[in-house]
Formats: sequence, C-alpha cells, structure tokens
Amino acid sequence: MSLEILSFGFMQRALISGIAIAILCSVVGLFLVLRRYSLFGDAIAHSSFGGIALGLMAGVYPLWTAYGVSLVSALIITRIKDRFNVSGDASVAVLLSSGIAVGLVIIGISGGFTVDIFSFLFGSILLVGVNDTIMILGLTGIILIVILVLYRQFLYSTFNEEQAKVSGISVEKINYLLIFMAGLTVVTSIQLVGVLLISALFVIPNVTAIMYGKGFKQTTMLSMAFSIFSVVVGIFVSYIFDITPAGTIVLLSTGIFVCTIGIKSLGILKT
Amino acid sequence: MLKVVEIEHLTVEYPGVKALDDVSFSVSEGDFLGIIGPNGAGKSTLFASILGLNTKYKGTIKFFGKDIQKSKEYLKLIGYVPQKPIFEKNFPATVNDVVNMGLRKKSHEKKIDEILQQLWIHELGNRRIGELSVGQQQRVFIAKALVNNPKLLILDEPVTGIDQHSIELFYSILKELNSKQKITIIWSSHDLDAVNKLANHVACLNQTLFFHGESDDFFDNDELVKQYSEASMQEHMHHH
Repeated sequence: MSLEILSFGFMQRALISGIAIAILCSVVGLFLVLRRYSLFGDAIAHSSFGGIALGLMAGVYPLWTAYGVSLVSALIITRIKDRFNVSGDASVAVLLSSGIAVGLVIIGISGGFTVDIFSFLFGSILLVGVNDTIMILGLTGIILIVILVLYRQFLYSTFNEEQAKVSGISVEKINYLLIFMAGLTVVTSIQLVGVLLISALFVIPNVTAIMYGKGFKQTTMLSMAFSIFSVVVGIFVSYIFDITPAGTIVLLSTGIFVCTIGIKSLGILKT
Repeated sequence: MLKVVEIEHLTVEYPGVKALDDVSFSVSEGDFLGIIGPNGAGKSTLFASILGLNTKYKGTIKFFGKDIQKSKEYLKLIGYVPQKPIFEKNFPATVNDVVNMGLRKKSHEKKIDEILQQLWIHELGNRRIGELSVGQQQRVFIAKALVNNPKLLILDEPVTGIDQHSIELFYSILKELNSKQKITIIWSSHDLDAVNKLANHVACLNQTLFFHGESDDFFDNDELVKQYSEASMQEHMHHH
C-alpha cells in the first residue's frame, strides 16, 4: 500500500516539499520563538492573505503577490516596533487583523469566495506542482545556507541583543534579515498548511524541542525531527483516510507536544 | 605607558537629566580601575558610551588613540561582562554554546577549555545556561568575554546577586587576569573593600568625576573615603 502511494508523482512532490518546509519552519521558527515573536508567522501569513486576494483579483499568480505583500508588511511591523515603541505583540495584532481585512475587502470587490481562496487558507500540499517543488527546495537551500553562514550572529543576537552589539555584530541588520527570511518562509509554507495554521509549524515543534533541555544544535535537530515526522505521517494518514493534510499535520505535531508534557510531568525528563 | 582608553570632556544628557558632566580620565595598559559611585551616578552610561551602545554624547572617547566613533573595529579588543545578563530562562543553549557565541575566530577554539578550567566551570560545559547559579552564569559570561584575547575587560557591578563564596572566587580570578595575563580591567563596584584590595586605580563618579588616581591615594585620604561613604550611605537610606 505505502509503496504504491510513493509511486504517485503528486505524493512524491508533496513529501519532498513537505519535508523541506518542515525543516525551514523549524529553523527559522526557533529564532522567532526565542525572541518572543511566536505569533509573527501568523501575522505575516494573515497579511499575505491580502496579497493572495490581490493576486487572484488581478489575475497574477497569487503567491507572487503574497510574497510582495508579506515582505512589505514584515518590514513595516519591524519599523513600527522599533520607531514608535509599540510592543511586539500589539504590532503583530495590528498586522494580523488588517491583513485579513484587506483580503476580505478585495474578495468582496472581486465577487466572493472561490475554491482557490480555500486552498490558500488551509493549504493544498497534495496539489503542489513541479515548479512549486523546485521553488520550495531552492528557497529552503538558500535560507539554510544564510543561517549556517551567519549562525553565530543569529544565535548571539537572539540570546542577548546588547551583548551581541557590544561584540561588534550589526544586530539591526541581522534582525531585518531574519524578518525577511521569516516572510519568505511563511509564504512558501502556505502551500503546506495554509494561512491559518502557519504558526503551528513555526512554534509547536520548537516549544516541544526546547523542553528536552539540550543545547542549541540538538534542539534544532529535535525540532526538525518532530516537524518532519508530523508532516510525513500527516500526509500519509490524510491521504489514506481522506482527511485534510494541514489539520492532520498540526494535530500530530500537537500530539508530540502533549506527549512531551506528559513525559515531563511523570518526571522522566528533567529540566 | 600606552593609553587604552582616553575620555575627554564626556557629557551625556538624557531628556531633563545630565547623566555625565564633563568627565575626563584615561586608563593605561595594565591598569585595574575600580569605578565607584552611588546608584544613578552614571557608571552604566559611561560604559554604554565606551561600548558604542550610547553614541549621543559630547566630548571624545579614544581607544588606543583612535576615536571610537570612526570604526566599530575596536570592540573586537574589548570583553564586556554586564551587570545581569538577561536571557530567556529556558534558552536552549549550553555553557559551551554561550562561550562559543563570543568566539570570533575558529582558531581560538582550543583556548576555550583552558579558560573554562581557569574559571572553574569546565565541568559545566554541557549544562544549560539557565540551570546554573547566578555565580556560575557570571563566570560563563566572563569566559565568553575572554575567548577573543581582549586587551580590555569591562565589568559592570558584576557581583550583584551572587553568594559570598562565588564573589571571593570571582575576585581572585579578576586579580589573576590582571596581574598574570596583563589584561586591563575597568570594573564598577559598590564594594569599597574589594576595590581597595583589587584595583590599582580608582575613579569616583557622581555625574562628575570627583576623584581619579591611584587607589592608595584615595584610600589613604580619610576625607575622600568619608565623603564617598556618606554620599553612598545617603543613597542607601534614600533607597530604603
């Protein structure tokens, strides 16, 4: 049964792009979670919804407009936070709701909800095409290389901004770069779990991995492992039982989180 | 003697408050300078200015003769240990991870073990930073500050919230760094006795600099010590 599934092109593409997105979201998400920016992914995803609606209305490939809108909003949110002393969670809330609002208005103008909109809201990993898969792999590769090259800078400025500055790191540039990469990651991941469930990929595997009390590299590895497991098993299970992949993936991820809490409260895991 | 830091007419004003007023002094290579002064005397502002965190000041700060506003390169020669290092309690970083954050050149990597041993934290390498006592954490941050062979070590009231045993150990480590490894140290402290024992130079700061010189000249001058003690006592009473 399982081997037969693997021979389908759409399944191969789903698995390959799913695994790439799982890795990407774990790595980028860990930095966001540790900076208390957990909902940032959500905010960008919601604002990209406005971009998607714009693309659908204008007849442009919706993910392109989503990339544009989400990157601009990511930069705006950071600017507002830095310049006007608005707290991180408040600026996230502003962006989150206004993104959806823009989307709704545009959808209203262009004549109501369509199937396309739903596939962006809830993901459509089984429908990912060859070009999308290549794009996802390329982007994953580039972002991972950037993080590897600037690993110390990213880690240090996440750990303590002031000390990172004193050690000569351009913390502001690193912050913008991270936000920029998070924006790209979010829009790329929309194909897997959709606008509404992005946070799950960014946050749940990471908070689970952090609980195991290891160092940074091991935590990253654990998070990736949890994420890949949820995505791969989620895609199979959803195909076999004909349920939504996005929901299944997120629930599996939540399951691992709940098990970890269970193990911890039984005292098997320290820290 | 080569001047490590030269501060000329440094004035820092925040809205409505003058944090530092026309402060001038210099620190020579090998000096161990203790900066004393009541809370709010401008010690942290002084450090923030030297470290490039505060760039809105009047006057000049030079590091080995070069104006620090010209280039940030000088920061590579400074190790800084903050008063209370702020980080997420469950941040997934081990002691080794934290020390490595400070590491600018891979070639210095082999020095890490030696430094951890010198600071009595070599057995903690794989423990998470958040699990350690404040005293141990502080030593990890010193290790991080030392991995790049700094010429100057700056410590901002580094014993706040640390137990007595750790404080003693900490002081002996500082003494050794200064006398054996010839690292110039600028250190702010509330503890007059410790400054008397460790530092060879003293700066008394309270918005203005009202004493700067050899520590013997300060501690042998009863009038100065009395003045300082009264000022800080008032400050102490004020706080309670």
